[in-house]
Amino acid sequence: MKKVPQQIIPLAIIFIVAIAALVTARHFFVPETFGDYGHYRAASVDEIASQEVVYAGSIICNDCHDDIYETKMNFDHRGVSCEVCHGPAMAHTEEPDEYTPRIPRIRNQCTICHGYNSARPSGFPQVVEEVHNPGRPCLECHNPHKPLLPRAPQACDACHREIALQKAVSHHTSLECKTCHDAPPDHMSNPRFARAQKPTSRALCGKCHDTEADVSRGIPRIKLATHNENYLCWDCHYPHHPEAR
Amino acid sequence: MEQDKPKIQRRDFLRSCFKKLPVLVSAAYIISPDELLASASDDYNPDEHNYAMGISIHKCIGCGRCADACKTENKVPRDEHFFRTWIERYIIPPDGEAEVDSPNGGIDGFPKADEKKEILRTYFVPKLCNHCENPPCVQVCPVGATYTSRDGVVLVDSSYCVGCRYCIQACPYGARYLHPETHTADKCTFCYHRIVKGMRPACVEVCPTQARVFGEIGKRNSPLHRFIRFNDTIVLKQWLNTKPKVYYSGADGEVR
Ligand code: SF4
Ligand code: SF4
Repeated sequence: MKKVPQQIIPLAIIFIVAIAALVTARHFFVPETFGDYGHYRAASVDEIASQEVVYAGSIICNDCHDDIYETKMNFDHRGVSCEVCHGPAMAHTEEPDEYTPRIPRIRNQCTICHGYNSARPSGFPQVVEEVHNPGRPCLECHNPHKPLLPRAPQACDACHREIALQKAVSHHTSLECKTCHDAPPDHMSNPRFARAQKPTSRALCGKCHDTEADVSRGIPRIKLATHNENYLCWDCHYPHHPEAR
Repeated sequence: MEQDKPKIQRRDFLRSCFKKLPVLVSAAYIISPDELLASASDDYNPDEHNYAMGISIHKCIGCGRCADACKTENKVPRDEHFFRTWIERYIIPPDGEAEVDSPNGGIDGFPKADEKKEILRTYFVPKLCNHCENPPCVQVCPVGATYTSRDGVVLVDSSYCVGCRYCIQACPYGARYLHPETHTADKCTFCYHRIVKGMRPACVEVCPTQARVFGEIGKRNSPLHRFIRFNDTIVLKQWLNTKPKVYYSGADGEVR
């Protein structure tokens, strides 16, 4: 056998040590699962995938709130996910009593989308906030689950134009005239003889405005029994424009 | 055409089949077909997906709900400078350069455009990481902390990222930022934790006008496939050959 040249042995030792060092260093520095699928740590995919979910997705809301869901699906907000207005609701789906999503009754909630901005697509419904019933929450006139344009009832307009115009800008705009006035069937054909009735009692206003009345929370209430009990409501409030005192 | 045929010879093919035969036979004994089917349906298989997004500029109303939901879902700092997705407003005058603004990413709405100036066109463009098929950010990462997952999503391994900012420099779309607390690179993940569960990304979920469409490339029943079929779409800065996977419809030459 030929003798191995003398310089090979130290060189070989150096090589072996270097390679061993490299392998050990790799073992310590390259994390586990690195390179399983590519030049990255495979376990990080699972770490990212296990992040907490915050938005539940609107399909799940249907499980409990199917009535609202049904309504919404028949109107223009059908594509608007519940969480757009009510905020993230994953926590609510897990513990419905513990976490309740917000119910925004403020104007700003609607103007995020419907405030006028020239860059919005022209067909998109927009209002100029400064002049469109300033200060009032949109919910007073519009139902967000059933967003229709409110329209004052028009049955009596033809003859009572002045009153209709005034009522149109008041809180009572959506009430039909016959809510308060009884008109006989031939009032339209023979108004002078078949006269419409004016209300006669405070109780009529009380139907909506008494503290006991079973109506929507937005309506102003008063304890009818003690509130200036000797007067009729319309001695002080003008019903066609109640804000004008 | 002839040369394109796979260069596998019949003999090689048979030989490789023969080699795999024992494996197949033994596998058939160990795993019954039922088991095989069961595991295939329960398990999420990343190799079967290739996620992408479509954005319809004609539909976007710039409400910023997407950018807001993204911050909530992904715990992105509320600060002005950190976004995984944001909205830009383009204002194009009859002559001259387009003006682009994005105050707080569009979350608080946009101020009125200068009424005195003439405006030819104006619209909103939502932006996010394009999950490029050919991502420069992945190429430049020195440690392999940013990568393309098997389902086609570009992700950042924040426990491995050294915060050198190379990827932030390399991304031609400005889609990345340095997270102020972790000091690692961060960006859109297509809400990876949601999509692997079959949910939609948060921004798509809350977009009130369906301006955003999420889906998969090459699957006919995916909403994205339909979106691309029925719209003329472009990708941003196509000439850079990064092959972005966010498709814009209704974008004109000004958008980049
Ligand atoms: S958009 Fe930027 S961050 Fe996203 S994959 Fe492409 S280069 Fe990377
Ligand atoms: S939520 Fe939809 S409409 Fe609103 S800004 Fe985002 S992409 Fe545009």
